[in-house]
Amino acid sequence: MSDITRLIIVAVGGQGNLLASSVLGEAALLAGIPLRMSEIHGMAQRGGVVESALVFGNAQSTIISDGEADVLVGFEPSETLRALNKCNARTVVITNLSPLPPFTVAIGKGVYPDIAKLQQLIRAKTARLIALNAVDLAKAAGNVLSVNMVLLGALIQTGILPVTADHVKTAIRTKTKAAFVDINIKALDLGFDAASGQ
Amino acid sequence: MHKLLTDQPGATMVLLGNEAIARGAIEAGVAVATTYPGTPSSEISLNFFQISQESSLYFEYSTNEKVSLEVAAATANSGVRSMCVMKHVGLNVAADALMTLAYVGVKGGLVILTADDPFMFSSQNEQDNRYYGKLSGLAILEPSSVEEAKNMIPYAFELSEALQEPVIFRTTTRINHSTAPVTLGAIRERVCKGDFVKDPFNYVTVPAVSRKLHVKLLANLDKAAERSEVSPYNFISGSGTWGIICNGVSFAYLSDAIRDLGIQDKVKLLRIGFSHPMPQKMIKGFLGSCEKVLVVEEGEPYMEEAVKAFAQEAGLTLPINGKGKDLFSRLYEFNPRMVRQVVAAYFGVPCKLEPMVDLSNIPKIPQRPPNLCAGCSHRATFYAVKKAAEGLSTIYPTDIGCYTLGFLPPLGMGDFLICMGSSAGTSCGFSKVTDKKVVSFIGDSTFFHSGIPGLVNAVFNNHNFTFVILDNGITAMTGHQPNPGVDMGLMNLQGYGQISIEAVVRALGVPHVAVIQPYKVKKSIETLREAFNFKGVSVVIAQEMCTLYAKGFKKTKSRAYYVSDKCRNHRDCISQLACPAFFLDAEKVKIDPVMCAGCAVCAQICPENAILPVKA
Repeated sequence: MSDITRLIIVAVGGQGNLLASSVLGEAALLAGIPLRMSEIHGMAQRGGVVESALVFGNAQSTIISDGEADVLVGFEPSETLRALNKCNARTVVITNLSPLPPFTVAIGKGVYPDIAKLQQLIRAKTARLIALNAVDLAKAAGNVLSVNMVLLGALIQTGILPVTADHVKTAIRTKTKAAFVDINIKALDLGFDAASGQ
Repeated sequence: MHKLLTDQPGATMVLLGNEAIARGAIEAGVAVATTYPGTPSSEISLNFFQISQESSLYFEYSTNEKVSLEVAAATANSGVRSMCVMKHVGLNVAADALMTLAYVGVKGGLVILTADDPFMFSSQNEQDNRYYGKLSGLAILEPSSVEEAKNMIPYAFELSEALQEPVIFRTTTRINHSTAPVTLGAIRERVCKGDFVKDPFNYVTVPAVSRKLHVKLLANLDKAAERSEVSPYNFISGSGTWGIICNGVSFAYLSDAIRDLGIQDKVKLLRIGFSHPMPQKMIKGFLGSCEKVLVVEEGEPYMEEAVKAFAQEAGLTLPINGKGKDLFSRLYEFNPRMVRQVVAAYFGVPCKLEPMVDLSNIPKIPQRPPNLCAGCSHRATFYAVKKAAEGLSTIYPTDIGCYTLGFLPPLGMGDFLICMGSSAGTSCGFSKVTDKKVVSFIGDSTFFHSGIPGLVNAVFNNHNFTFVILDNGITAMTGHQPNPGVDMGLMNLQGYGQISIEAVVRALGVPHVAVIQPYKVKKSIETLREAFNFKGVSVVIAQEMCTLYAKGFKKTKSRAYYVSDKCRNHRDCISQLACPAFFLDAEKVKIDPVMCAGCAVCAQICPENAILPVKA
């Protein structure tokens, strides 16, 4: 199992999970690393959860079982918490801290978890938690929609994935809209810096 | 140029399974492709649709899967390579055509793709369509990976032409929606025009003709069996006396499991990719060299039952197991850890499993179910129906589309759903034997697909219910595909007809017909109440373009609304509409101006008139 890296990305529909996954896919191709991924889409437009699984290395499976993720990246804090079933004690977790409460909270059918408690719980159960306010960093990069690239930057900083920041930047140039390339790369850098020292 | 038309054999591209399948069809020189949209197959058709606009490929979104197969049956019998794409339940709709098309056969290759959905990620059941092979007598091919899916398509066309029969190509969601690098092949020249040669005593399936054709089908099935025995898609890897037989994505999970458990020299793995007819001789030979065999297949024990029968024929009594306690379930999908555990337990090898984190002290996390979009016209229609039906005891048969989501709280608009178009037929039944007011819902695409016969039945057999047709001008749930009611001019496409749902309803002789604009709440409620009071069949057509689809055409965004200081916190808006643009800020309701579509429905229901348009 050691030459395989298993990454789960969870996000709310519209946060750009699938674009981030496709950038990583391209980066892996450039780096010559085998990569398979799977997605559950269909509910992305309707505010549901989008989960993607990326398996780097010589594995055939395209999905990741509970307890077997090496890295979990959550674009939304309650979704990061919800995806803990994919983690084990060695998993590294990266999460955005800006909440997007589901409408069930607004209609009184659920209580949004306390963000400080959420971080405590995740830290206690996994190897490491990198928590950042990806929305602020995305705005600083020039567009709140670059939250996905901020979190990709943090992910690259951990060094866990067998792809480099350069591979990812080249992939951003080929896979994202020309008008947004500079912002996306700035967002990646900001996420990278924010993750160091956590 | 569309990326899937890239003419660079040997180049590598990272593709979604569905893209790989579409590319495989291009490499096979497919000339006609037909479909009715259905997840997880929808991206195959989307790519065909795009490619057809810049090449000689003919592609159409047909009214339903039966029609799509009939179109392809004709083109294939005119010698043109054709492909028909659908989700698994779609094959039920096409089954009438399929069963007798198997007798008639084809001249040009015909590949029928069924995208099965174990775990029902986006379907009403998880039926195992491998049984259609047995039922129809047609060959079935099943890939185990994205790259294999692409490579198998040209093989499927060759097989179809060799047998002169359609071939069923079966995928599951984890193939359709996985992504992997794929190596491109050469593109075969496309031949778009064919010819139909008269031969009525082989084409018109009256009993005397069919009796003959059935003999031909069985002979073709024997030919298929011979090919299955030598197909490169049925292969054995590994060595040892422990045997595993598998298909589809299980092959991927097993490859990893065998390596992780370190049993490569103890286990022989037989991967079946040409799964009907099963390669009998190959399997009997495989069984003969094993001390015990595990069958690993998602869904039904389709292979397990066949393998057990082969063992009996070969006089073998080794243990063969697949489904059961401590083995595999018929439910849902598999995953790598589950497969590793069962394999380890079955063959008695140690299996180290990394413990999952302890979730017992995690607070309850609020659910995030999919919701109708902000500004969705269905939300407005459902609200109006709810208000108009106050005081009535109701039953709400519903149907398949975005509006199905309306059955969730707080709207609660949906009581019964079994299949496409079932809203119409079930309304007839409920209203006949109960005293409740029956109000049913159907979308525009579903209406054309299979709602019309139910409505005809209601008029002919004089039933009593209100049929609400939610016409948002597009097939929305599956990703905004065209249907016969859609204005194709908005997509800058010419040469299409457009059928008026209102005209069809009136032509059927429905005695009470009304049209509402759902964003006009008060008028909609009045019109619906009138319809509910009518004794007999009444139809109300709610016309408003899908808000998400409309966003693509609007030059400027509609004005958003905001909650003013007049708000007295009644919470009618949130509790009755639950629009996702609402959020709570310090216990007060606010509207996210980016999400707000400006439909103003909340503004019309606020008892304080506190919701106002944002000033320009």
